Amino acid sequence: MTTTETLVPEATDAVLEMLESEAIFIMREVAAEFERPAILFSGGKDSIVLLRIAEKAFWPSKIPFPVLHVDTGHNFPEVLAYRDRRAAELGARLIVASVQDAIDRGELVEETGPRASRNRLQTPVLLEAIAEHRFDAAIGGARRDEEKARAKERVFSFRDEFGQWDPRNQRPELWQLYNGMHVRGEHMRVFPLSNWTELDIWRYIEREQLDIPSIYFAHEREVFERDGMVMAVSEYLPLLPGETSHCEYVRYRTVGDMTCTAAVRSHAADIRTVVAEIAATRITERGQSRADDHVSEAAMEDRKREGYF
Amino acid sequence: MDLLRIVTAGSVDDGKSTLIGRLLYDSKQVFDDTLASLERASTAQGLGEVNLALLTDGLRAEREQGITIDVAYRYFATPKRKFIVADCPGHVQYTRNMVTGASTAQLALILVDARKGVIEQTRRHTAIVNLLGIRNLVLCVNKMDLVEWSEEVFRGIEAEYQAVASTLGVPEVTAIPMAAVSGANVVERAEQTPWFAGQPLLDFLEMVEPSEPAQHGAFRFPVQHVIRPQTPEHPDYRGYAGTVSAGTAEVGAEVVVLPQGIASRIEGIDRFGESHRSAGQGEAVAIRLVDDVDISRGSMLVAANGCLPGTDRFTADICWMSDTSVLRPGNRYWIKHTTRRVKCIVESLDSLFNLQTLGHLTGPEGVGLNDIARVTLKTTEPLFLDPYETSRDTGSFILIDAATRRTVAAGMVRETVAPTDPGVDF
Repeated sequence: MTTTETLVPEATDAVLEMLESEAIFIMREVAAEFERPAILFSGGKDSIVLLRIAEKAFWPSKIPFPVLHVDTGHNFPEVLAYRDRRAAELGARLIVASVQDAIDRGELVEETGPRASRNRLQTPVLLEAIAEHRFDAAIGGARRDEEKARAKERVFSFRDEFGQWDPRNQRPELWQLYNGMHVRGEHMRVFPLSNWTELDIWRYIEREQLDIPSIYFAHEREVFERDGMVMAVSEYLPLLPGETSHCEYVRYRTVGDMTCTAAVRSHAADIRTVVAEIAATRITERGQSRADDHVSEAAMEDRKREGYF
Repeated sequence: MDLLRIVTAGSVDDGKSTLIGRLLYDSKQVFDDTLASLERASTAQGLGEVNLALLTDGLRAEREQGITIDVAYRYFATPKRKFIVADCPGHVQYTRNMVTGASTAQLALILVDARKGVIEQTRRHTAIVNLLGIRNLVLCVNKMDLVEWSEEVFRGIEAEYQAVASTLGVPEVTAIPMAAVSGANVVERAEQTPWFAGQPLLDFLEMVEPSEPAQHGAFRFPVQHVIRPQTPEHPDYRGYAGTVSAGTAEVGAEVVVLPQGIASRIEGIDRFGESHRSAGQGEAVAIRLVDDVDISRGSMLVAANGCLPGTDRFTADICWMSDTSVLRPGNRYWIKHTTRRVKCIVESLDSLFNLQTLGHLTGPEGVGLNDIARVTLKTTEPLFLDPYETSRDTGSFILIDAATRRTVAAGMVRETVAPTDPGVDF
């Protein structure tokens, strides 16, 4: 190896090492301070990194928490298959809280119309799962660089008995002295990846050689354009009059519902080229690929107040 | 590439949000779609050009009121460094949020408006970052374009600020004249300041070496969690999980386990299946010892030759963060220090620090929201403390209200004191 080749990865690693150690510390604080924590796992890249952090934090023990997925019923089949595979590999208990089941039981009413989304329905299902399993901490993969309301959120983010976030009255969070104390019925959302950026996540996936769902890499898919975004044709997202589909090489930059997650035109078929594309992009991940954030300037803040991830 | 954690402080309208917006924008961290939404918002506010300040105020209430209420964390990177910016509110009623942002920072940017110079808030912000042990301060004299880039104005503010800094004992200040709105001396050297020999802000931030937080250099390892898999593959594995808070862990090193005071030796340092010879400050590892010692969360491994005496009585500076209660002598709280949580009682309230005059007021009756006070605390069990100025991790603590479970104070250990009144009951 030449000098220049060794310099770059080493230089990058110092930041990843620090971020990894910080996240492991937070993960261990949760294990020590809570009785019934759960890790939120969607099969998306951030929660994949989260599971890796948990794996490292407790090695050679297994991850001491169950893994919780809120399944809207509109997920990519590739991602669900990945979720099941990864949970089995880790020997983790997978709990699936289903939006479809809640709709079938008549507890939730679905939005109607061609632009209907189950995004908001995830919140009551998540809160119900937290209550049912009496989870006192839910560890999530949210990052502060994702969105301006998230930029304001604490690492240990307190939720009242209604699961609500009060952004104007957050607990002070000093040094690494996280305060997990709460009374029964209240819970904490914990975000070990708060200080990671999108690029840090991708570089870490590359460094750790983590397996990720195939839809993160370029593949040929039947897509159509809506509101300037490239959406996959699926039974959950029918074409509107005037819309036509075609086949194209795309990859996904974020993974959510098929109804609200857009694809990116790309030929990047391996992690190295994906990292290079992310490093060069001029559009934010949520702006490029998430219809759920386009509702208003404060869409995320409003959802988070209600108890969203 | 390494990482620098920065806290920013300034008062309303001195251009702090614009400065951060400028750093993000000029380091190409502002993406096209964010810029488009910024343009929409700026137009809606009737502004001719893009208002970079709108990049940073994230909450609905903040945008409506045009002020920063809580800390926002921002991230940007240059080819040389990654930066985490804790963008803090400047208003006095949000002092506790500024303390939150400053507690994890290595360097502080203090903003002043060149037309106004050093004001009351400047003194308060400087006192807070100094209290929190930040040794690297940059005075950003902003809006220089509005004083015709006058060297005289800049030098006057610089001198006045130096006087405040020396009163507080701040070792070093770097002053930079700038105009965040145009970016002059932020990223690019300003043509208007041929008399300024220093660097533009970003160049300075890229090269500055922040002061090492732990000064004593002795090994400190608070145990977070004990790893005991008890599986067929690892029937007898017992690893003490934690993060090195000061010094270095080395295989073979003699250590003392606190609070028991038992001597042992490091057998192995593990990180996810890999064995390491050593682990430095900030590294999360699992440590195995040669002896079977009763160790649990809250124990601390320390260097045998740099041992810490335990103490149940010490003085500390606290910043009070509760808006619903007042700290008074005799009050009891939970205290969280490293990974340990015990009860404590406020033995005495020694003085209040006046952030405006930078003087101490003796004989206060109580401590209210945003007050900074010197107190003497007594704990139910001995704690193993370093003075805050020599070690942030082992010199800091929080107080938690037993009834509400809220964090009510940030504390910095000043000195341990000999017990004189053993009669306090818990």
